[in-house]
This record gives sequence, C-alpha cells and structure tokens, in this order.
Amino acid sequence: MAEKLKIELVTPYKKVLSEEVDEITASGALGEFGILPGHAPFLSSLKIGELSYKKDSSTFHLAVNWGYFEVAEDKVTVLVETAERADEIDLERAKIAMGLAEEELKKLTPEDKNFRTYEAALERALIRVQVAAKAAGK
Amino acid sequence: MATLKSIKKRIVSVKNTRQITKAMKMVSAAKLRRAQDSITAARPYAKKLAEVLQKLAAQSEGDAHPLLAKRSAQKALLIVISSDRGLCGGFNANLSKAADRFIKEKKADYAEFSVMTIGRKGYEFLKSRTSVRKNYEGVLAGLNYQTAALLAHEVIDGYLAGDFDEVFVIYNAFKSVMSQDITVQQLLPVPPATTESEEVVTDYIYEPSKGALLAELLPKNIEVQIFKALLDSVAAEHAARMTAMDSASKNANEMIGKLTLQYNRARQAAITKELMEIISGAESVKG
Repeated sequence: MAEKLKIELVTPYKKVLSEEVDEITASGALGEFGILPGHAPFLSSLKIGELSYKKDSSTFHLAVNWGYFEVAEDKVTVLVETAERADEIDLERAKIAMGLAEEELKKLTPEDKNFRTYEAALERALIRVQVAAKAAGK
Repeated sequence: MATLKSIKKRIVSVKNTRQITKAMKMVSAAKLRRAQDSITAARPYAKKLAEVLQKLAAQSEGDAHPLLAKRSAQKALLIVISSDRGLCGGFNANLSKAADRFIKEKKADYAEFSVMTIGRKGYEFLKSRTSVRKNYEGVLAGLNYQTAALLAHEVIDGYLAGDFDEVFVIYNAFKSVMSQDITVQQLLPVPPATTESEEVVTDYIYEPSKGALLAELLPKNIEVQIFKALLDSVAAEHAARMTAMDSASKNANEMIGKLTLQYNRARQAAITKELMEIISGAESVKG
C-alpha cells in the first residue's frame, strides 16, 4: 500500500507520536474501530482504552486515557489526557493500582460519588496491564 | 567623610545581597527552562483542541450547548493569575494595575462584577479595591493538569448555576525571556469562531453524536485554556524574576565598584595624613 496515515498523538504534557503509519485501531465511545488510509472524515471521542497502530508490519500498543480522535484527509489527530507506550508502562505499579482500586470498589456502593473515580482508576490499570502484557508477549 | 569602617561594612552587605540575587537568578533560570518546556509541550494540545472545537461549533447552532449560548451579561467574573511570591520586577504590579483598569472600565457594563484571584500577590493588591470572591494560593508551585481541571469545573459550575454570565481571565503570557504580555481572554461563553477557517467545512462522521461530542469537548477546552494560562503565567513569572535578579546583581556590582573606589580613596587619604604628621613631627625635632 502506497498511501499512509499521518498520526499525531498529543497530551497536555508532550507530543507522544508523530509518525506515518499503515493502520490504526482504537476504542471509541461506541466501541473499537480501525482506520485505514482513505477513510472518510471522522470524529469520535475515545474511552480509556488501547490504541494500537501498525507500521511496516510491526504493531505498537499504547494505553490511553480519555480523549478524542479525528481523521481528515489521511491525517489523524489524537488528543488524550495521558498516553503511555507499552514499554513505558510500569507493570508492577499498574498491578498495585489495580488491586487498590478493586479493594476500594468492594467497599463502595455504585451510588457513592467516589465509585466512578475508582472505577475509572480500575479501568486504567486494567488497560495498562493488558497493553504491557501484549508488548511482553511479542 | 565616611569612615573606613563604615564603608567596609557597606561593601560587605552589598556583597551579601549580590550573592542572594545571583543565586535567585540561577534558580529562576533553571525553573524557567522547565516551565518553558511544559508550556511548549502544552501548546500543540491546546491548539488542536481549539481547532476541532471551532469546526464543531461552526456546524452547530449558537444554542447547541449552554456553554456556547450568549446570555444577557449581568454578572461578570474576572480571574486574575498572578504569582505567590514577589521579587520579580513589575510582574505582579503591572498585572494588578491592568486588572484594576479592566475592572474599572467594565464595571459599568455589568450589574455585578466579581474577581477570583490565583496567586497571593494579585489578591493582596485587589482585595482592598474590589470584592474578591475567592483566592487560590499555592497552586502555581506544583502546577499540574488536575488543578487546572478542578478550577475549570468550579468556573463552569458557577456559570451553569448562573453565578456569572461572562468569564474573563487576565494573565501574563510568556512571550520571551525579556518580555511578558498581559493578556485578557474571554473564557465563557465560548467566543464564536473567527471565521477565517471557512473555506473547507468538512462533514465529519460523528461518534457518538455531534451534541455529545460538543458536550464533552467544551468543558475540556475550558480546562485546557486555564491550564495553558497558568503555565504561561508560571513561565512568565520565572522569566520576570530572572531578569529582575539579573539587573539587581548588575546594580550590586556597580555599587560595589563605587564603594571600593571610595574606600580606597579614604584609605589613601588616611595614609597621606599620617605621613604628613610624621614628616612634620620630624621637621620640628630637627628644627
């Protein structure tokens, strides 16, 4: 395939990615989706989840926090609050965070206002563990 | 004529001051570099977000979201971002004066005008002049996105609850190490897009929906704008302090030079006087 997608991934703290890639997969508000070159203009919000892209037949994984995803003329702009490459993830820390969040969630009822906070923390930790595991499995 | 001892004392004290200003300059330089890094890192995010939001807003009606809708402006809020600490030249004084001027100009237009300050210095200046509804201290030292988000939500909640109808923010924007720009920005309601980007209105596929996206992005944008303003202000503060301390060190050098000259002259005069006394004493013995 001659055509490529230009992806730019930015967080408030730094520009994480700026690369030409072949394919992108991310989890949007309505579920996972994939983007190939030549995609129609598209705007979606992202959930806490995994974002992966293929470049020269190798796949890279990132764990991302809330954000949104824009495609326009083969240019992809991803704005997220945090993004970590698989090899940057501290697996031990993520596991500890997951345990903590689980503990807290057990104590709370869904009506509690902190419930959402811990639920989100659990999701984030879970994604980190998943992404890190994928990178390790390669 | 000042005595030798008193001049010596002054030289020592100026030297001590110079040591402090020099050290402060170094510290500010290091902090400035870090602050500059984080503001340059945050800019692309803020810019991209604003771009997307403009595209979205341009395709939605004016009242698609409460944060976009223009209401009859009755109550206004001004957020003043200054610094917690002094010794940074005209940084706080200029900002406070500009804020004061802004308030005086605008006060007539609104039924109510309240002020929120971030940073101790601005608060101290403004509290005697106008009613400050809230002051935040200590957020600037270890600034992070979460703090900005909390602030933003307070502003948004107040706006939605009708506590104020228009929100402005005034801060020192970091332009270069030598200069800061005092900037006034309207935060809420989100000002309509400047219609230069009208050429291509791309029709996007929206997921989940245009309205839902707008509802998520608008508060986000406020957070980011506040975060950017805070970062800007922090970088500008360090830059201002660095220049102020640099010129203070220079002044101290100059003063030490002058005092040393004076000291040497006084010493010479004393020696000459002593010599004269010895010679005239010897002469009288001879005579």
